[in-house]
Amino acid sequence: MAATLPPPRLLPSGDSAVTVEFSRTIDDDANQRVLALDKALAASPIDGITESVPTYRSLLVHYDPGKIGFDALGDRLLALASQKLPPATKARRWRIPVAYGGEHGIDLEDVAKALNTTPDDIVARHVGGDYKVAMIGFTPGWSYLSGLDKSLHMSRRQNPRLLTPAGTISIGGVQAGIQCLAAPSGWHLLGRTPVRTYQLHRNPTFLTEPGDRVTFFAIDHKTFEELDRAAEAGELIAEQVVA
Amino acid sequence: MSRLVVASIGPASSVQDGGRLGAQRYGLTVSGAMDRLSLAAANTLVGNEPFAAAVEIGPFGASFTARDGAVRVAIAGAPRNADIAGSPVAMDTSVTLKDGETLTLGFARGGAFTYLAIEGAIKGEPVFGSLAVNARAGLGSPYPRPLQAGDEFSVDAASGAPELRIELPKPVSGPIRVVLGPQDDEFDDANKALFLNSEWKISATSDRMGYRLEGPAIKHLHGHNIVSDGTVDGSIQVPGNGAPIALMMDRGTSGGYPKIATVITADLGRLAQTSAGTALRFKQVGMAEAQDEARKFAQLIRNLPDRLRSSDTIALNIEALSDANVAGYAVSAVDAGTWQVAAEP
Repeated sequence: MAATLPPPRLLPSGDSAVTVEFSRTIDDDANQRVLALDKALAASPIDGITESVPTYRSLLVHYDPGKIGFDALGDRLLALASQKLPPATKARRWRIPVAYGGEHGIDLEDVAKALNTTPDDIVARHVGGDYKVAMIGFTPGWSYLSGLDKSLHMSRRQNPRLLTPAGTISIGGVQAGIQCLAAPSGWHLLGRTPVRTYQLHRNPTFLTEPGDRVTFFAIDHKTFEELDRAAEAGELIAEQVVA
Repeated sequence: MSRLVVASIGPASSVQDGGRLGAQRYGLTVSGAMDRLSLAAANTLVGNEPFAAAVEIGPFGASFTARDGAVRVAIAGAPRNADIAGSPVAMDTSVTLKDGETLTLGFARGGAFTYLAIEGAIKGEPVFGSLAVNARAGLGSPYPRPLQAGDEFSVDAASGAPELRIELPKPVSGPIRVVLGPQDDEFDDANKALFLNSEWKISATSDRMGYRLEGPAIKHLHGHNIVSDGTVDGSIQVPGNGAPIALMMDRGTSGGYPKIATVITADLGRLAQTSAGTALRFKQVGMAEAQDEARKFAQLIRNLPDRLRSSDTIALNIEALSDANVAGYAVSAVDAGTWQVAAEP
């Protein structure tokens, strides 16, 4: 699968972190290798590593230089990263309800116009996707998804919005996203989910993990209100699909 | 239990500690004190763990009143005039406030952040092991927001331990040291040299998320959009306008601009304490030197208790006296809320 990727590179990120880069672009093979290396480090920890942060194309490894130096750690990471690692174990799968359009998805009409089609068709293409959580970042729980239908790839907004609502379901470039907290965004807002990917006093605090699979299904705005109340009360309203 | 009441406080002041580790993979910002050495020094003076939760006081003044008993505190970090009812209190010392007494701190005289540690530490409900305020995520305890007048902490009654001062190493001046990378290959040699050889000023629109640097525009080789990857404290990213931003403790966990260099751990606090408008330069060091400095810095913090001295030997706040006639405060700096995050993603 990884035959087309160049060998992984070590990029120094200060004196206490190193980036293991598999690709410079968004690439599903690279992301799989990122997640496999992350899993491998969790399974057999290297003394001195304090935490690791998977992204689309690289794994950022934080470490204590008092315990292990850059050269020694780099050698071990490169050796692990270059190995053929076992594929990630069977991923969890979440079904996420989304209220599309209207006040919850203020860009749906414009996206349909830009792509010469109807809002219903955009929703169908978005719901039809089989997504993977490639990384979580920017703000707590913001899940970046790979697997967006090619026909929905479009550049980000010229003028990013300074605030977009909690639970926003959006697309930007080749990516789809589940946003948890209100935040600035330059992506196109298709809808909102009542699901909280991050909720402080809930167990688990974070719903999604890098590597999880995600599908969406449409709900009406009334159902959104009902589920939103349940979620606010701490219910885990995302449906986990047992494979 | 005693109480310590925030009688007055300026913006950009909050409870901070060693930060929230282990959840960056979920997008959770680390936060924590901007100047870890000063946090550790203040805590060490009152017998706390070095990274226990304390009050991080922004560039403006603040005052704190003991209620329901005596409270022992210590101050370290950006120097200020401090007094209890007109009687001066020196930086880098502990002091006990009797019930009803107020410790008053002036503006930072250079630098930005001063730490007020409380004997027994600030108590609250930790999230991911930390009480640090991360206002964006609604985290922090006992207050998940910057401090306001009227806030109060339930604290241990003062132990009556003798007051101490701490002898810190002489402040280092000179350039802020960086290692190049992770994306220095997104810049040609001329632009790397421009970054390393130019004088920079901290913009007034800086905050705990990032310090914006004013100077020449740094040009990218292949444009300013990269696929988002992880950030660290001290990552220096270069957005489209070419004005670098040093990411600080409230940084996003990932970012989509090329990062030309990273500030070394040992110099992060010094960068954090550089006020707005102050000129600074960067200097490239190798990884071996950076890691050696990081280990020395960790050792300095571990060994802070060895630097404690009896405070009997100083009767006067020499610093306050010598600065009493200096006009004009360094206007910082770090004015929360003036600075818009680049809209990324």
